[in-house]
Amino acid sequence: MNKYIRWIKLGLFVLCLVPVAGLAWLYYNTTHGLEPDLGANPLEYLTHGTGTWTINFIMLTLCITPARKLLGMPWLIQMRKMLGLFAFFYGCLHFTCWLWFDKQFIWSDMGADILKRKFVTAGMVALALMLPLALTSTTWAIRKMGGKRWQALHRLIYVTGIAAVIHYIWLVKADLKAPLQYAAIVAVLLGYRVFEWARKRSAASANRPAPQAG
Amino acid sequence: MLIRKTADIPASEVTPKHWYVNRRKFIAGASALGAAALVSGYDLMSEPEHAFGGTAIPGIQKSNLSTTEKETPYKDVTTYNNYYEFGTDKSEPAEQAKNFRTRPWTVTIDGLVAKPKTLDIDAIMKLAAPEERIYRHRCVEGWSIVVPWIGFSLSTLLKQVEPLGKAKYVKFTTLGDGKQMPGLRPGILDWPYREGLRLDEAMQRLTMITFGLYGELLPNQNGAQLRLTVPWKYGFKSGKSIVKITFTDKQPDTAWNTAAPNEYGFYSNVNPNVDHPRWSQGTERRLGEFSKRKTLMFNGYDEVASLYSGMDLKRNF
Repeated sequence: MNKYIRWIKLGLFVLCLVPVAGLAWLYYNTTHGLEPDLGANPLEYLTHGTGTWTINFIMLTLCITPARKLLGMPWLIQMRKMLGLFAFFYGCLHFTCWLWFDKQFIWSDMGADILKRKFVTAGMVALALMLPLALTSTTWAIRKMGGKRWQALHRLIYVTGIAAVIHYIWLVKADLKAPLQYAAIVAVLLGYRVFEWARKRSAASANRPAPQAG
Repeated sequence: MLIRKTADIPASEVTPKHWYVNRRKFIAGASALGAAALVSGYDLMSEPEHAFGGTAIPGIQKSNLSTTEKETPYKDVTTYNNYYEFGTDKSEPAEQAKNFRTRPWTVTIDGLVAKPKTLDIDAIMKLAAPEERIYRHRCVEGWSIVVPWIGFSLSTLLKQVEPLGKAKYVKFTTLGDGKQMPGLRPGILDWPYREGLRLDEAMQRLTMITFGLYGELLPNQNGAQLRLTVPWKYGFKSGKSIVKITFTDKQPDTAWNTAAPNEYGFYSNVNPNVDHPRWSQGTERRLGEFSKRKTLMFNGYDEVASLYSGMDLKRNF
């Protein structure tokens, strides 16, 4: 398997770029009068498009651990860093769309919105928590921090996943179908971790000698 | 791009704008229906068909209530709108309303009136000369368009039934046909979609009963056969596919107000000073523009301000 890893990684990298390339292509069409294009509200399309792919990549990143264990494909772990970084990349694009198209780079407006609008607050939390994860995504950082501490920090992705779904739920007007689908996915993915944690804990306590009466 | 000139030629003799603006589409879409409509003109009575959007309306009068602002292109007006009966995505109505049957179409007007009536769409259209009124249209979501609607003041229609003195409100009930409307699933809104106005709002001259846009009968996705246009209120107040108008003495319940009373008030006047609980209403994006513009009080229709004098519009949002 290991000899293919580099090729798999390369293939995945290209795949991860497909959404942004697609948006760029639609943008080109929009500016050149071709179809398909970004529709009647191109700025909204770009904002929503990058947002959707941010949440998709967060979900994919969260899928890695259960998938590699349940499918018996340990090499999948080597894809996690790239997926996580792409989640952050699309998150940054999404944030830029909002800051540029919606706030026109007026920082005071941006600050006011983050404080005042619950859905913006949730989105900012989701993105901000990805920043330390992106910064410590290198092997060097793992070595420097020590595996345990690094792992503890990177559990922040769970909070990001929940915050991203809340961000979506609070944004929609009436049709909760799409955000609730994401909520269900997050529930399953995090539920798996809770289940594993509980299983390991009960296994550990079963192995411990019974407390002595005294 | 060609800009529509204020015509000296009757609208019925002008090629529908989107056909010459989007020639490719015209060639691709020279459908039997479109072609039939072009040659047969206005003879709809014998057509037991659907999808009449694209049929020119003859004898359209200009209106001095029109704005001179640039009209939003036909394509954007007809492919980007909310019509939850045909899906919650704004591109869905254009797709999903294609086969919606809009003929025959009747509207029942009842309640606190002297002469309740059920009128056929053709009878309604003959009540007055069709007017083209170019109105700003502001969605509660923060986008806006400029649309040349065809219709006339709703008051013309309402006077037909002689409202009684007790009548204080007008309730609009729209079609809720689960067989034809794939978006009519539970958990989104309480169907059928209902809207309401105070009687004086309904009688205000700007309030339109609308059966066309861009010189043609309404495309299905824009609310055929008959819709409301209330330009100083958020778009959702302008109900589509209206089948019933009821005069009442009590404030009627409305679909959005029932779904989220803290977010969508009965009045829902465009008001930059009263934010939606979840987003600002201070600015809006006019489709086709990059920068946002400031939202105007009453969407710029200041003449309606007197309807609300003495009212706290923050409370009565």
